[in-house]
Amino acid sequence: MAENTLKIGVLALQGAVAEHIRSLEQAGAEGVIVKRAQQLDEIDGLVIPGGESTTIGKLMRQYGFIDRIQAFSEAGKPIFGTCAGLIVLAKRIEGQEEPHLGLMDMTVTRNAFGRQRESFETDLPIKGIDEPVRAVFIRAPLIREIGADVEVLSVYNEEMVTAREGHLLVSSFHPELTDDYRLHEYFADMVRQSKTGEPKG
Amino acid sequence: MEAGTSRVKRGMAEMQKGGVIMDVMNAEQAKIAEAAGATAVMALERVPSDIRAAGGVARMADPTIVEEVMKVVSIPVMAKARIGHYVEAKVLESLGVDYIDESEVLTPADEVFHIDKQEFTIPFVCGAKDLGEALRRIGEGASMLRTKGEPGTGNIVEAVRHMRLINGQIRRVKNLSKDELYAEAKNLGVSYEILLDIHEKGKLPVVNFAAGGVATPADAALMMHLGADGVFVGSGIFKSDNPEKFARAIVEATTHYDDYRLIAEVSKDLGAPMKGIDIKQLHPSERMQDRGW
Repeated sequence: MAENTLKIGVLALQGAVAEHIRSLEQAGAEGVIVKRAQQLDEIDGLVIPGGESTTIGKLMRQYGFIDRIQAFSEAGKPIFGTCAGLIVLAKRIEGQEEPHLGLMDMTVTRNAFGRQRESFETDLPIKGIDEPVRAVFIRAPLIREIGADVEVLSVYNEEMVTAREGHLLVSSFHPELTDDYRLHEYFADMVRQSKTGEPKG
Repeated sequence: MEAGTSRVKRGMAEMQKGGVIMDVMNAEQAKIAEAAGATAVMALERVPSDIRAAGGVARMADPTIVEEVMKVVSIPVMAKARIGHYVEAKVLESLGVDYIDESEVLTPADEVFHIDKQEFTIPFVCGAKDLGEALRRIGEGASMLRTKGEPGTGNIVEAVRHMRLINGQIRRVKNLSKDELYAEAKNLGVSYEILLDIHEKGKLPVVNFAAGGVATPADAALMMHLGADGVFVGSGIFKSDNPEKFARAIVEATTHYDDYRLIAEVSKDLGAPMKGIDIKQLHPSERMQDRGW
């Protein structure tokens, strides 16, 4: 049993950590709160949660997460970034010189919908998931441009809001704020495949 | 597409968790706060300790200050309206602030009614010193709570009292039998339905931050240890000798509130924190926490 359990970490420097842990556990994985870079050695996949990307990025630099997460990704281990996590994973951030992790081949715009009064929720169809997902967008970013290897999984008003590049998954909305765990199940499947090489357990 | 739903409003506060929200009085301070890792800033005309010193009626900030701050930072901007002052809140909403604090730090505009927060698209944070207050504010539509503490004193004792009381009361409600909940709802002055929700889930339905007296990194960490979801720092930062260093230290101590070596490191050579006031020295009329009900 323990051998087969998927251990998925949630980067816990700031943001909606507990919600992701709950969603991951509902999706059949074991959720691990990651506060130290060394903990990356113990997990099979990583979620970078919503929060404030400037705060998360700053604390990642301070505590030596940048190199370690880049190596984690280099090893082919899946990473899922939601909202701030999407920004942190991007290679290019509009209006900002330096990216944070610079892993995923895309350009993103922060607060792309505007301020909090423009935040909203909606039903969003996602490629690979049967029925639409209830998607909560909070001061959400958008994906403006993507590289050739990035696959768009959903669009809202013709803007890209969910995408995947191999072992990297991003959403500009917050799947962790609802009781719908399908996107976490989707990610757990990515982690399972990367760990065992088999599609479904 | 639906805007301003309770999920969208409460969710915004969820994204602040583990973070520090800092009071700022101008664009320059806002930039320092953002660079130090604040998850949001509270744009004010005066910090609580200055309000305390100045006396008189404290009101919503000049919109110029709020707009200036909104222009220079990319993190959320909050601003304070007086308790019960519907129009100040509407004005702040029209400016596009991300969160409104219906705050006892300002002089209340209504001694009986708080703002009906349900109808706003912008979420509200409100102060509470016990579970009854917390649930009444949620009933009116608050999407985030904070302890009242005693603002502008640099003394953590009241914030500790309020956090412990609220969490203790939640534990008690959780252990009541269902038939006892009716009487408890009456005692607390809240609806049975909202109390039943606490009884079943054993926690508040919204994020609860610490506020009112946080003056050092260790104070922030103490509040996290007691179960706060994050920390508001008012007068503490820009009343200290080295605001930049101080702000960074509070952010780190909040993230790693159980790493005492780290808190020791970041607490070194911070210079003098704000002087602080013994709560017993305050005249009852000077207690901000007694504003609101």
